[in-house]
Amino acid sequence: MTNLLEPGPKLRRRYRAEKIFKRMGLSAIIASLCFVFFLFYTIISDGYSAFTQTYIEIEVSFNKDLFTDANISKADFPGLVKKSLLKMFPEVTKRQDKKLLYSLISPSAAYTMQELVEETPKLIGTTQKIWVLADDDVDMLIKGKYQRDVPESNRRLKDLQLKWIDRLTAEGMLEKKFNTTFFTSGDSREPELAGILGAAKGSLLTLLITLSLSFPIGVAAAVYLEEFAPANRWTDIIEVNINNLAAVPSIIFGLLGLAIFINFWGLPRSTPIVGGLVLTLMTLPTIIIAGRASLKSVPPSIREAALGIGASKMQTVTHHVLPLALPGMLTGTIIGMAQALGETAPLLMIGMVAFIVDVPGSFTDPSAVLPVQIYLWADSPERAFTEKTSAAIMILLAFLIAMNSLAVFLRKKFEIKW
Amino acid sequence: MELTANHASNAFPTMLSEEMLEEAEQSKTLATARKTVGTPFVDTPRMTCRDIQVFYGDKQAINKMSIDVASNEVLAMIGPSGCGKSTFLRCLNRMNDTVLSCRVTGEVKLDGTDIYHPSVDVVPLRARVGMVFQKPNPFPKSIYDNIAYGPKIHGLTKNKDELDEIIETSLIRAGLWDEVKDRLQDPGTGLSGGQQQRLCIARTIAVSPEVILMDEPCSALDPIATARVEELIAELRTQFSIVIVTHSMQQAARVSQRTAYFHLGDLIEVGATEKVFTNPLHQLTEDYITGRFG
Repeated sequence: MTNLLEPGPKLRRRYRAEKIFKRMGLSAIIASLCFVFFLFYTIISDGYSAFTQTYIEIEVSFNKDLFTDANISKADFPGLVKKSLLKMFPEVTKRQDKKLLYSLISPSAAYTMQELVEETPKLIGTTQKIWVLADDDVDMLIKGKYQRDVPESNRRLKDLQLKWIDRLTAEGMLEKKFNTTFFTSGDSREPELAGILGAAKGSLLTLLITLSLSFPIGVAAAVYLEEFAPANRWTDIIEVNINNLAAVPSIIFGLLGLAIFINFWGLPRSTPIVGGLVLTLMTLPTIIIAGRASLKSVPPSIREAALGIGASKMQTVTHHVLPLALPGMLTGTIIGMAQALGETAPLLMIGMVAFIVDVPGSFTDPSAVLPVQIYLWADSPERAFTEKTSAAIMILLAFLIAMNSLAVFLRKKFEIKW
Repeated sequence: MELTANHASNAFPTMLSEEMLEEAEQSKTLATARKTVGTPFVDTPRMTCRDIQVFYGDKQAINKMSIDVASNEVLAMIGPSGCGKSTFLRCLNRMNDTVLSCRVTGEVKLDGTDIYHPSVDVVPLRARVGMVFQKPNPFPKSIYDNIAYGPKIHGLTKNKDELDEIIETSLIRAGLWDEVKDRLQDPGTGLSGGQQQRLCIARTIAVSPEVILMDEPCSALDPIATARVEELIAELRTQFSIVIVTHSMQQAARVSQRTAYFHLGDLIEVGATEKVFTNPLHQLTEDYITGRFG
């Protein structure tokens, strides 16, 4: 007779095993949460500073004699910037020191001037205080990424430059401002000019192609295979091959795209249309498999009910089976899209790794995509690209989180309560 | 050989219920056809079945059955599991078509037309021979839409008023109107099991069939819900021919006018219900109804 108040040793052992099992599960979850937290912490702590950028205020006098030519763009804008700098630091006379001084300002300053004058020609003849981008080395110093106490020869910024920067800071002529450039321009060799818009738009265009091709084709294939296909050797072969395709390394799809879309069809290289086609090939198996799984999970009683009152096969599928399977199909599609968004390898094969400055305007413009942009920046030697890399990762993650939330939202919206 | 056939039917079980597989399994031992005793034929049949044979792959599930379904009668089909009742029922509106490995031979006539004729369309056939399934299977839609679906796809109504009328009369005939008239837009799946089954019956009669096939319609219901469905069947008999498969001999005795006893793919005995239950002609029938096996 077992005592109900005091469990015997056998029962105690059972409870202990249960407790250990629970703790192991819990610690696994905690460990993975720690890794996720660490990942986010490093990315955000490295990347948040990329959302601000250092600007220097310079006083520019747009002398009339500079703009003698009717064509404003022919004026010597770089000279204008240099002159303004020299006016701010009249003590700089030596040629080498002048060079150091000029390098405090981003080469883009001249273009900023030009744009300003072209926009409002009335500026000619006046003197204006203008904020221009500082060079990426200045930016890094202000953001504390450069140490001042290393020997001068090991430093990107020399003592003289540090002195000038300190003076500018003291006079309030050097400030960190929100980095609009990062969100409004494409890639650049100059870190302070590099932006994510080109890659983000490239990704968007590529995914649009992928979605608009792979979703209808994938759903149609899944419905045909699951509901209409006769059961024979051919459908077996097709099924096995679709499952195999899902496991093919993605770079193979890139090679296929290179051979067929670019070399055979002659589509333009490095473009969203080719990228989208390649990613469609890669995503299709995922969507088909997810689609078939969700079609399989629709109870057969629903099909019987519809057929039993005289619905045709097509009506049964479109009126009853498909609406019930749609949430699962959408989830599968968005998982496939998220996979496509993060895919790099096949895009390298079709030339999307090229250095492209312009923001793509259409499906046939050369463009970069987010993961490739991250890869390119991570590979760049300038220190300032480190934070840009992390910032680009943050943008990519934001895209992914947005897509996954959309998936959850759509599933909730279309889910039919039983 | 048997193994491969079994695989073929297992791999694509679109509509293949376990019971049907079981039937197929048991019928391996199918011997020569037993002769049906009793009165399988009637003077004014609605449906006539002659020499029906059903094969799953190379296994025979039903062996040369011939029986008539009369107008305005309830024909009950009883017999142990795996005897071919459900399979036979599904031949009557060609639901077996959806089972890939299934093959039907013989002749089934509805009002004189062979329903297995190559040019017969199953869509109007299934509108004329409706079916109610073992488990209530309302669509995951509103009560209204559940019933409206059939009339809609068959184009039975011209406008919404006519549709509303069909829905009301169907629900009234199914004895569900008073319970659901205030919540027609609620999901049909939110009803209780018995109500769901009556909803499925309402859905079936909404397309005005001539014959209603019922495959163990009460096996998932409690006794009270069962009683309501049985009442309903008795009422529906005035307008439809009903063929009902049941495992409950009491139910067969209560609702049916004629009873058919199936045994291992053979139709053993058909007769007036009273006669079959009180004075069966065949030894197997007697063994079954007296509870000696099954």
